[in-house]
Amino acid sequence: MAQRMALSTNYAIAYAVKNCDVDVIAAYPITPQTTVVERLSEFVANGELDAEYIPVESEHSALSAVIGASAAGARVFTATASQGLALMHEVLFMASGMRLPIVMSIANRTLSMPLNIHNDHQDMMSSRDCGWIQIYISSAQEAHDTVIQAYRLAERLDILLPVCVCYDGYVLSHTYEPVEVRDKQKVLEYTPRVERPHVLDPDKPITMGVMALPNYTYEFKYQVVDALKRVPKALEEVDAEFADKFGVKYGLYEEYMCSDADVIMIALGAIASTARLAIDNLRSKGFRIGLFRPRLYRPIPVELWKSVLRKAKMLAIVDRAIAFGGCGGPLFSDVATMFINDSERPLMINFIAGIGGRDVTVRDLEQMGLMAFKSLEEGLKEQCIYFGVRGVDYGL
Amino acid sequence: MDYSMSTVKDLPREEYFASGHRLCQGCPEAIIARLVTKVLGPNLIVVTPTGCLEVSTSVYPETAWKIPWIHVAFENAAAVASGVEAAIRALQRKGLKYKGRKIHVVAIAGDGGTADIGLQALSGALERGHDFVYICMDNEAYMNTGIQRSGATPLKAWTTTTPVGSKWRGKLQLKKDIPAIAAAHGIPYVAVASISHLKDFAYKVKKAAEIDGPAYIHVQAPCPTGWRFDSSKTIEVARLGVLTGMWVLYEIERGVFKVTVPVPQRRPVEDYLMLQGRFRHLTKEEIEEVQRYVDEQVEKVNKRAGYTAIGPVVRL
Amino acid sequence: MKALFRRLLELSELKKWFELPIGCTNIEPGSSLNNITAGWRVFTPVIDEKKCTKCYLCWAFCPENAIKIADDGFPKTDYRYCKGCGICSNECPAKAITMIRQEV
Repeated sequence: MAQRMALSTNYAIAYAVKNCDVDVIAAYPITPQTTVVERLSEFVANGELDAEYIPVESEHSALSAVIGASAAGARVFTATASQGLALMHEVLFMASGMRLPIVMSIANRTLSMPLNIHNDHQDMMSSRDCGWIQIYISSAQEAHDTVIQAYRLAERLDILLPVCVCYDGYVLSHTYEPVEVRDKQKVLEYTPRVERPHVLDPDKPITMGVMALPNYTYEFKYQVVDALKRVPKALEEVDAEFADKFGVKYGLYEEYMCSDADVIMIALGAIASTARLAIDNLRSKGFRIGLFRPRLYRPIPVELWKSVLRKAKMLAIVDRAIAFGGCGGPLFSDVATMFINDSERPLMINFIAGIGGRDVTVRDLEQMGLMAFKSLEEGLKEQCIYFGVRGVDYGL
Repeated sequence: MDYSMSTVKDLPREEYFASGHRLCQGCPEAIIARLVTKVLGPNLIVVTPTGCLEVSTSVYPETAWKIPWIHVAFENAAAVASGVEAAIRALQRKGLKYKGRKIHVVAIAGDGGTADIGLQALSGALERGHDFVYICMDNEAYMNTGIQRSGATPLKAWTTTTPVGSKWRGKLQLKKDIPAIAAAHGIPYVAVASISHLKDFAYKVKKAAEIDGPAYIHVQAPCPTGWRFDSSKTIEVARLGVLTGMWVLYEIERGVFKVTVPVPQRRPVEDYLMLQGRFRHLTKEEIEEVQRYVDEQVEKVNKRAGYTAIGPVVRL
Repeated sequence: MKALFRRLLELSELKKWFELPIGCTNIEPGSSLNNITAGWRVFTPVIDEKKCTKCYLCWAFCPENAIKIADDGFPKTDYRYCKGCGICSNECPAKAITMIRQEV
């Protein structure tokens, strides 16, 4: 029975996991993801979800346990954030290398030092090279639906890669929104069980997680590269099937007023929701500005992004993470690289904002838009702007 | 199979650990892996962390394992085993897989991956009560990376990170009592075994697998390369470890302590120590110090067992 | 130069990325049997069947599983995989196994 409930993103994810009939959940609490695993334990405790709930003793063990469970053929789930994601860093690469269809939700929170429980994207950005599929969502409903899509995507036999569903901690994780909880029967029809070729089974004994010398390692790693190439198309298909079943389509990105825009603002997650209001305000003042919210962040569907962004004169890229000592934020580096060899390409300006849970308001985003327009007119003085730091003034 | 009454000849003939692996000549881990898979196979899933056994048996494209096997990382053998065990339980309950079969989940790890970096995962898995067996092959150092000391290295042993010089005389700290740590979790079965007493080891492996809940077995694995002795002496060194009382073979079943291989007449510790190059630097005083320490430990064991399970030292 | 060419040839003879099983998996159990370890030996065991009591300790202890029990009940060395460690000879209660220096 589909139900419309008022749920936070954390709870919306828990309901999605319940309806996907997972077999094994490994749970370790960390702010701001805690309520996901709390609600899941309630489901298991009262019999609504028939799963093995493993209360592990660290996040490293959480991912290790779901790797073991997935290797044995089970459908698995775990959730983490921030320090926990950093702790399981080495195991992330193992999960993708072993091609296991694990689904994990990340309530994006900054990394210490200083210790801070509030949201930015530092945690997942610092692990973005791990070979996982990374999807950034910006509403509770989208989180609920993306988890369901994630199982279907991850378990496709031509993909078999783990999926991260990333959402802003507190801003999304604890904010209540109306969510259409999908009907369990329909969900299970949409994501039926898949017979995977390589699982631990005494009838067909295999060796998983081999050691390889330099003569074979590159080939094994290239298999992950190759699988990632197939993901954008696969996600489009999964999304289309979801639309057939549930009537809602999300796509690989979201674009708002980009077709005639001089400046396109690019942002991931919750900032993009706020940015829509800033775009409207600036448009009413006569500025031709649009918004691009990527949904699939890894692997980047390069041609798709370029088809939208190419026509703009300036891209205002808002990063919610610092790549210390680099040439700009992670999203900025990616967008800059995709255009680097094109003779005709937009100018790009990077705003690092919202660090450590600092609020990014509509006015802030309007100001960023205006700074982008000013740089377009008067020439780019500063490429990477640390927006909102007390004591830093760019004179823009 | 009632292993308490059998002999070596009664071991199953089927082999689940193939030849052609790259472990050293005389490697005890090969003997252990062969025996464990023989006793519990073929309905067995083995989890191994990074270490000599993992690296030498799974170099692509060769694998010595004829039963399902998984390796993930160095410190998470117990966590991965927990996940495998939970998956089997869930899938069986839902009627999706492994219908009607008992599949043993066994983690076979080294002392580094158990006592040091793997202790957290082991402790968590034991506390949660998963139905699996954890076998620690104790070669008393990080052998795979070149004989560095671990928490399980005994006092005064030479390793590459506890060398013998003017300031240091080998390892300065005592050996971690890992079976005691496992027993402190209140699990139903803890045992200490040695490859020299194969019948006893097989019996313990079988018992651990059949008991419901976590079981921990600590096996002595004398390493010819790391302990510095001739490769033909692996079993002999193991046997002397037992006969000198330095390695007591016991089991704790539901809290009841029992010495499974009593030693009526103990050999002096130098019979064991002097066979190994890693103790070559010990002076007469240091050997006496070790003897006194072993005497104390033996007294504690006898008190716990309620009788003189390990007898007095008899010099031949 | 010749060695370099040989090595490059060897590398190119190995399986391509799409020919490997996915997920760092080895789907051929026991394929280590392809690795003949006879070349590791310096000493070779010789079993004297006149002295052998068929206790099978050599079979049980061999780390390589290189002693097999033949149909006639006697343990026989599989010389393809014996690494010459000498455990069998050291442990045999009947002193029926001698290690002979014989490099392969």
